[in-house]
Amino acid sequence: MIELQNVAMSYSGAELLSDMSLRLAPGSFHFLTGPSGAGKTTFLKLCYAELLPSAGHLSLFGKDVRAMSRDEIAGLRQRIGVVHQDCQFLDHLSVEENVALPMTVSSRAPDMDQLRELLNWVGLKHQANARPPQLSGGERQRAALARAVIMSPDVILADEPTGNLDWEMSLRLLSLLVELNKMGKTVVIATHDLNLIRQAKAQVSARVLRIANRHLQAAGADL
Amino acid sequence: MRATLSILTAETTGPDRVVPPTGFTARLTLFTAAAMAFLAVFALALSLATGRLADRWADSLARSATIRISAPPEQMEAQVAAVQEVLKTTPGVESSRVLGDEEMKGLLKPWFGPDLPVDALPLPKLIAVTETADGLDAEGLRLRLQAEAPGAIFDDHTRWRRPLVAAAERLRMLGLMSLVLIFGAMAGMITLAAQAALAANGQVIATLRLVGAKDAFIARAFVRRFTTRGLIGAVAGTVLGMVAIALLPSAEAAGGFLTGLGFSGLSWLWPLIIPPIAAIVAFAATRFAALRMLRRIR
Repeated sequence: MIELQNVAMSYSGAELLSDMSLRLAPGSFHFLTGPSGAGKTTFLKLCYAELLPSAGHLSLFGKDVRAMSRDEIAGLRQRIGVVHQDCQFLDHLSVEENVALPMTVSSRAPDMDQLRELLNWVGLKHQANARPPQLSGGERQRAALARAVIMSPDVILADEPTGNLDWEMSLRLLSLLVELNKMGKTVVIATHDLNLIRQAKAQVSARVLRIANRHLQAAGADL
Repeated sequence: MRATLSILTAETTGPDRVVPPTGFTARLTLFTAAAMAFLAVFALALSLATGRLADRWADSLARSATIRISAPPEQMEAQVAAVQEVLKTTPGVESSRVLGDEEMKGLLKPWFGPDLPVDALPLPKLIAVTETADGLDAEGLRLRLQAEAPGAIFDDHTRWRRPLVAAAERLRMLGLMSLVLIFGAMAGMITLAAQAALAANGQVIATLRLVGAKDAFIARAFVRRFTTRGLIGAVAGTVLGMVAIALLPSAEAAGGFLTGLGFSGLSWLWPLIIPPIAAIVAFAATRFAALRMLRRIR
């Protein structure tokens, strides 16, 4: 699905990630942890081809990412749902329109019943017509998750999704991600919240990876 | 006024809604398109008017000539009769007419005033000649006049007609060049406005790319908006330009060149091509700017 072989990533001559190899199997659940600035976000950006590796081989759904055209990459992002810490909403559109955005950009009319069901699933049915700035942090994250899954992607990448949330809201978001994984979706969560990882491991078989000194390694036994 | 402006700058519905409202660039594009279309109407009018002038000078003056007879008063009648006799037997002469005193007065009035004593002045006689469509042999006629009426000089207007026609043709070319420059400047300004809008919406574009939007989709959202604004502005500018041209004094009333700057008959339809051209220019300029900028974003 997503496969990295000896991938390195440099920026302005400085190597940010080095010699990374990983295969994300369908239906797997991964946590990516490490200190701030370790390169978790960079790693996720490689996984949805916002960045290209400076060395090594990266394939997405069996295709070499370097050989993909811009349109192919755009099409591929409809198979990868991304949840950012800052959510990246279009503030002039309603929550409902933001959630339906992946369908809009692929010129597909959203199924309103499905859209309402999705908003209901993330607990935002009552906020469908609100603008993103009117939402709380937790609501924004759940709206971002709804947007990430509306195209029924194979992979969900979440970058510090609980960074701005209280513990209760973090657990609620985690349970949604676990639920998606149980539906067969591959989930990768970048987080430095070890309590969240422990909580997840109690619910799902998750693999924990750690980025340290530019390298990817399996996390310690305490996780 | 504000309500009208808000209608003109209103953001469209549907997929275009992914681009947030951008009031400043909307107004800039509308104003630019309107101003350029207004100027384009005048450039078009200039081009058409000079074209008509060049055609008229080239056609009508090409078929007219003048014979000037300078002779002592006692020989004048005989020389005029001799010239007329020559003209009667010259192939290519459709008609000829001796200009009377009143007509001579009329010709000299702009220089000497209305009270010119034509009888007291040793003025030459003028014979206006109209040629047939095939024309006449100017050199042959000159030689015959030299022999039959030595005081007669044939002038087929070639000497002064050619530079006038050339000047009119150049004015027509300048008018057409102005149109090209106007649309070029419009393309440049709309490109800048589109670039400003794209730069201001960098985060929006990044979000659209994140959720899988292709370049063509993002570009289309901007292109539609700027094309619509370009078209609306150009329609307004064209209408204003046509009204301004219609309000110019008529050519018959004053007779000067500038008053002939306008459209006549079916040529009033020509300005109607300006809005579609403006829309095409806006479409091409925005698409070019959008795709160029999008290539920098993964």
